[in-house]
Amino acid sequence: MCDTCGCGDPEVVSVDVHDKILAGNDRTAGHNREHLAAKGVLAVNLMGSPGSGKTAVLEATARAFAGKELLGAIAGDLETDRDAERLRAAGIPAAAITTGSACHLDAEMVHRALHRFPWEDLHYLFVENVGNLVCPAVYDLGQSASVVALSVTEGEDKPLKYPVMFRKADLVLLTKVDLLPHLDVSLAAVRDALARVMPRPALLEVSARTGQGIDRWVAWLRHRRVEMPLGVAVAAHHRRAEV
Amino acid sequence: MHEYSLVSALLDRVEKEARARHALAVHRVTVRIGSLAGVEPDLLRSAFSLVREGTVCGAAELDVEPVEARWACGGCERPIAAGEVLRCPECDLPARLLSGDEIVLGRIEMEVP
Repeated sequence: MCDTCGCGDPEVVSVDVHDKILAGNDRTAGHNREHLAAKGVLAVNLMGSPGSGKTAVLEATARAFAGKELLGAIAGDLETDRDAERLRAAGIPAAAITTGSACHLDAEMVHRALHRFPWEDLHYLFVENVGNLVCPAVYDLGQSASVVALSVTEGEDKPLKYPVMFRKADLVLLTKVDLLPHLDVSLAAVRDALARVMPRPALLEVSARTGQGIDRWVAWLRHRRVEMPLGVAVAAHHRRAEV
Repeated sequence: MHEYSLVSALLDRVEKEARARHALAVHRVTVRIGSLAGVEPDLLRSAFSLVREGTVCGAAELDVEPVEARWACGGCERPIAAGEVLRCPECDLPARLLSGDEIVLGRIEMEVP
């Protein structure tokens, strides 16, 4: 009721909310993160353009680990489960999330995938996001590390064009470096572009084809896993029940 | 085009607030979007005008308040301009983002009985 005159007409009020629009996604992501961390699984959100070499890097990663540690993958794809098939062929158990028209994975999709995928005994879980340098950057999935694959053929200024994605990355894998002799790409220019969008620029040069740099990538993964804070699964469950 | 899924999360949140206050209609929704949030205000507006149909926001306007990216040294807090190398030339420490990654529902103007 209108307080001014008591006339009984509706009134317009302004309600301050100040809440993150993706708070629901962030809660589910936190839940995923705590469960994964509690089991000692390093979850990596692997992002990059279509064709940047995400799947090829994971195939090379499987060869480098050579079965010494357990890897698993969830691969997001618009229409097919070809990436998941390639990963399984490389020896990485993989579940596919077919997103249809959705251009990114979100925390709920990953949560549902984890329910039908045996992940508890893994050492590393790679979430291969939909090939896209924009939308995946907006959605936290519950990963412990964000990695962007950037191929040498994409151009030196890619980080400046897509600062949102690179700002949040813990590591950039510069892929297909075996092609460098055929290209006019300056590594110094790539590094300079990254330094302008990434407060802690970290770049590894790799080639899935020749295996160059894959050992350093594997060392980086092992280091991240050792450094990972352990979560408390029980607390995660309680928080989810309140949502 | 994640703007559609953002709008659907936004409408869910607005409907929750509107229901809690038994609102008859929502007139205006104000959001704050940072320039480093990865959200295009124009796409957000067009997604909102489509997705609002049939919801309590059916006739609501969406106000997008842009927030500029501001960086500063993580140590001495000296401002570092966007586009510069994100490392303090004095302290040699990485820059910290002070603002610019917001995707925030700010205010809702609604008609209550």
